[in-house]
Amino acid sequence: MNDSSTLNWLVDQVMKALEKKVEDRESKPHMIAEAATSYEMLAQSHSGELPSDHSIDEVLPHNIPEPRWAEGMEELLASTPARIGVWRTGTRPLTSTMLALRNAHAAAIDAVFSEVSPDLLQEMNLFTVETHYGDMETFLRRPDKGRRINDEGVALMREKCVHRPQVQIVVADGLSANAIESNIRDVYPSLMNALEVYGLSCGTPFFVRGGRVGCMDHIGEILHPEVLVLLIGERPGLVSSESMSAYMCYRPHAGTVESDRTVISNIHRGGTPPIEAGAHMGTVLYKMLEQQTSGIKLIM
Amino acid sequence: MKMTIHLLGRTYQFANLKEIMAKANEEKSGDQLAGIAASDNSERMAAKAALADALLSDIRNEPLLPPEEDEVSRIIESQVNEKIYTEIRNWSVAELREYLLHPKTTQPEIIRMSRGLTSEMIAAVAKLMSNLDLMQAASKIEVLTHCNYTIGQRGVLSGRAQPNHPTDDILGIKAALYEALSYGIGDAVIGINPVIDTTDSVREVMKMTKEVMQKWSIPTQNCVLAHVTTQMRAIKQGAPADMIFQSLAGTEAGNKAFGIHEQLLDEADDLIHRDGTAAGPNLWYFETGQGSELSAEAHYGIDQVTLEARCYGLARKYKPFLVNTVVGFIGPEYLYDNKQVVRAGLEDHFMGKMHLLPMGVDVCYTNHMKADQNDMDNLAVLLAAAGVNYLIGVAMADDCMLNYQSTSFHDIATVRELFGKHPAPDFERWLEDMGLMQNGRLTPLAGDPTLFM
Repeated sequence: MNDSSTLNWLVDQVMKALEKKVEDRESKPHMIAEAATSYEMLAQSHSGELPSDHSIDEVLPHNIPEPRWAEGMEELLASTPARIGVWRTGTRPLTSTMLALRNAHAAAIDAVFSEVSPDLLQEMNLFTVETHYGDMETFLRRPDKGRRINDEGVALMREKCVHRPQVQIVVADGLSANAIESNIRDVYPSLMNALEVYGLSCGTPFFVRGGRVGCMDHIGEILHPEVLVLLIGERPGLVSSESMSAYMCYRPHAGTVESDRTVISNIHRGGTPPIEAGAHMGTVLYKMLEQQTSGIKLIM
Repeated sequence: MKMTIHLLGRTYQFANLKEIMAKANEEKSGDQLAGIAASDNSERMAAKAALADALLSDIRNEPLLPPEEDEVSRIIESQVNEKIYTEIRNWSVAELREYLLHPKTTQPEIIRMSRGLTSEMIAAVAKLMSNLDLMQAASKIEVLTHCNYTIGQRGVLSGRAQPNHPTDDILGIKAALYEALSYGIGDAVIGINPVIDTTDSVREVMKMTKEVMQKWSIPTQNCVLAHVTTQMRAIKQGAPADMIFQSLAGTEAGNKAFGIHEQLLDEADDLIHRDGTAAGPNLWYFETGQGSELSAEAHYGIDQVTLEARCYGLARKYKPFLVNTVVGFIGPEYLYDNKQVVRAGLEDHFMGKMHLLPMGVDVCYTNHMKADQNDMDNLAVLLAAAGVNYLIGVAMADDCMLNYQSTSFHDIATVRELFGKHPAPDFERWLEDMGLMQNGRLTPLAGDPTLFM
C-alpha cells in the first residue's frame, strides 16, 4: 500500500463516493465546494441562518469610484473573502467599511461566548464530557484547565467507549460553538465515509465541553487509540466565526508536542469545504496509520 | 545581589534571580498562568527594587537556564564580547537604564554595548523601564538590513503585505496583494502565511509572488511562511525564495515544539545563502511572541519577557532581514487585554532593537481578547514614535485566514502621514513611477488594485 498510485486511487474512490452523496442530498447550496468560493455567494448562503448581528452590509460591492478595469475588480472581489476594493477618504476607510468591520467583530465576540446546543449533540449521537474549565473567564485565562477531562468525564469515557480503537473521533467546542454548529453535520458523515472506504474502524465518538487542543493527549492516555482526530472550534475570525479545525495525532499521549499533530484548519464554507475536509481527514489518518507517525514527520 | 527588600512597611524575601525577574514584570496573564507572577503591586515593586540593584555580572553568573542544558543559552553566551562585558559587568541594572536614556548615549554607544549584553540583561532593564522609556531608548537605534533592497532607515516606516487567503487560492492572494501595493504597502516583504503546508503549494505561492514582482519591477522581497522544512524542500526543487521564515521560541524545548533546532536552522541558512534568489546578506524572517514557550510547556518557570528576549538572542545569530513579534496573536491567557498588549509590543520592540534586530511588530489581537481596533491604532502610533521598522498590512486589518486582526493598509498609510514617514527609498521611487505616490503622499490613483491587472 506504499505505492502512491494506490493511494491516489483510494482518494479518488473517496471523492467519488462523497460526490455521489452530495448529489443525493441535493439542494443545499453550501454543500457544494464551489458555492462558497466568493464572498457574495458566501453571504447569500448565510442569509437567513445567521444571527442578526452578522449584518449583510459586510458584503458591499467595491467602492472604487473609477477602477482602471471594472470587470477586473469583480474578478478580484470574487476570488477572496478579504476586505478589498474598499476605497478611502484620504488614508482612512469609508464609514460603511469601518462599521462593517466593527459589526463583524461584535459577532465574533458573541461567538466566543456561545454554546453547542444539546439538540445537535443528541442528533449526532454524541455524549458529553467536560474538562476542568469551570466558567468562561477561567476557560480563557487557563487553557491548562481545558486540556484535562474531569473525573466524571474520565469515568464516562471508560464506561461508554471502545478501548484501543483504531480511530477515535472527538468533537470539542474550543473557542467557537458556532463552528461546530455550522460544520459538524457535513464533516462527520464525510469523515465516516472516508474511514469506511479506507477500511478503518472507528471507536465511540463523544463531545468535550470546555475543550482545548491538548485534551487529545489526556483522552489518548485513557482510551489509547491508534489515531485520534479532534474536531474543534477555532478562535473566531471576522469573515467567519464558523471556522473549525481538525487536529490529528498518532498515538496521542501526555507530552505530545505540537509538531507531532497534523492539522487541517479553516474548515468552513468559505474556506476548506466541510465535506472535502472530512474526506481529506480520512486520507491523513490512513497515512498516519501507514507511516506510524504524525505531524511534521508525516509525508503527505 | 540583594534578596531581601524592605518596602512600604513589609519585608520581601526572594529565593533567586528567576523569581525576581518574573515578579518584576508588569502584570501579564501569562506569568499568572505560569504561577510565577507577583502576587500584588507591592511585591512587584519589591522585585523591581531588587532587580534595580542587581549587577550585570549577577545576571551573567546565575543563568536562568544553564548553557549545558539548553542550546539557546549556549548561543546567547557564545555571542558575548568579553572585553565589552568586562567594562560594564559591575553596572547595576538601574545604571544600565539611565545610561541608555542619557542624551550622550547614541547609536554607536548602544551598538557597541549590545555586544557585551546577554538577552537576560536586556530583559532585566526592560522590566525597569516605563512605556515611554522603552520608546525613547529604542528610537535611538537604527537597524538597516538588506535582502534585495534596504529597509530600516530613520524616517522610513515599511509594511509587510500579508495577502493571506483561506484556501491559498492564487488569484485570491494576488487580489489582496494588488490592493496592498495600491496603498504603498509591501516594501518590507510580500509574505504569505499558507494554509497548506506542502512543498507543491508553497512552491506555487513563491513562484506567483516572484512573477508579480518581476512583471511590475517591484523593489521588494518575497517569503512564504511555511514550516522551515517545507520551504527548504521547495527551494531544493527550484522555487524562488528571497528569504526563509521560521517562528522561534526562547528555549531549546520550545523550539522542539516548533519542530526546529540549531542544526536545522544552520542547514536552512546554508541553503538560502546558496540557493536563495536574493542578494542578502540578510536572508531570514523570524517571528516571535510572548507566551509561546509556556504554551508549549517549555518555559522552565522563566517569565515570558525574559523568554522573548532569548528568542532575540537566538535570532541575532542568523542576521535576519526581518524580525516580527506577533504581539497579540497567541491569546488572552498570555496577554489578557489592551493594556498588556501595548506593554508587550513596546517591550518586544525595545528588546529586539537592543539585540540590533530589524524589529517589526504585528500589532494584533484575537477575538477572545479584551482589545479592539482602537487599541491597535494606539499601539501602532506608539511604535511608529519608537521607530519600528515595519508594521503588518492586512486588508482592513482583518486576516481572513489566520482569524485575527492586525493593522490595515490604510493604517500604515495613515501612520506614515501622521509622522511624515516614508516607504523604503527604492520602493517609494517605484510608487512614484507607478503614479501611486507623490511627495510622500498617496495620489488619487491609490487604492485601485486593478492597476496591477
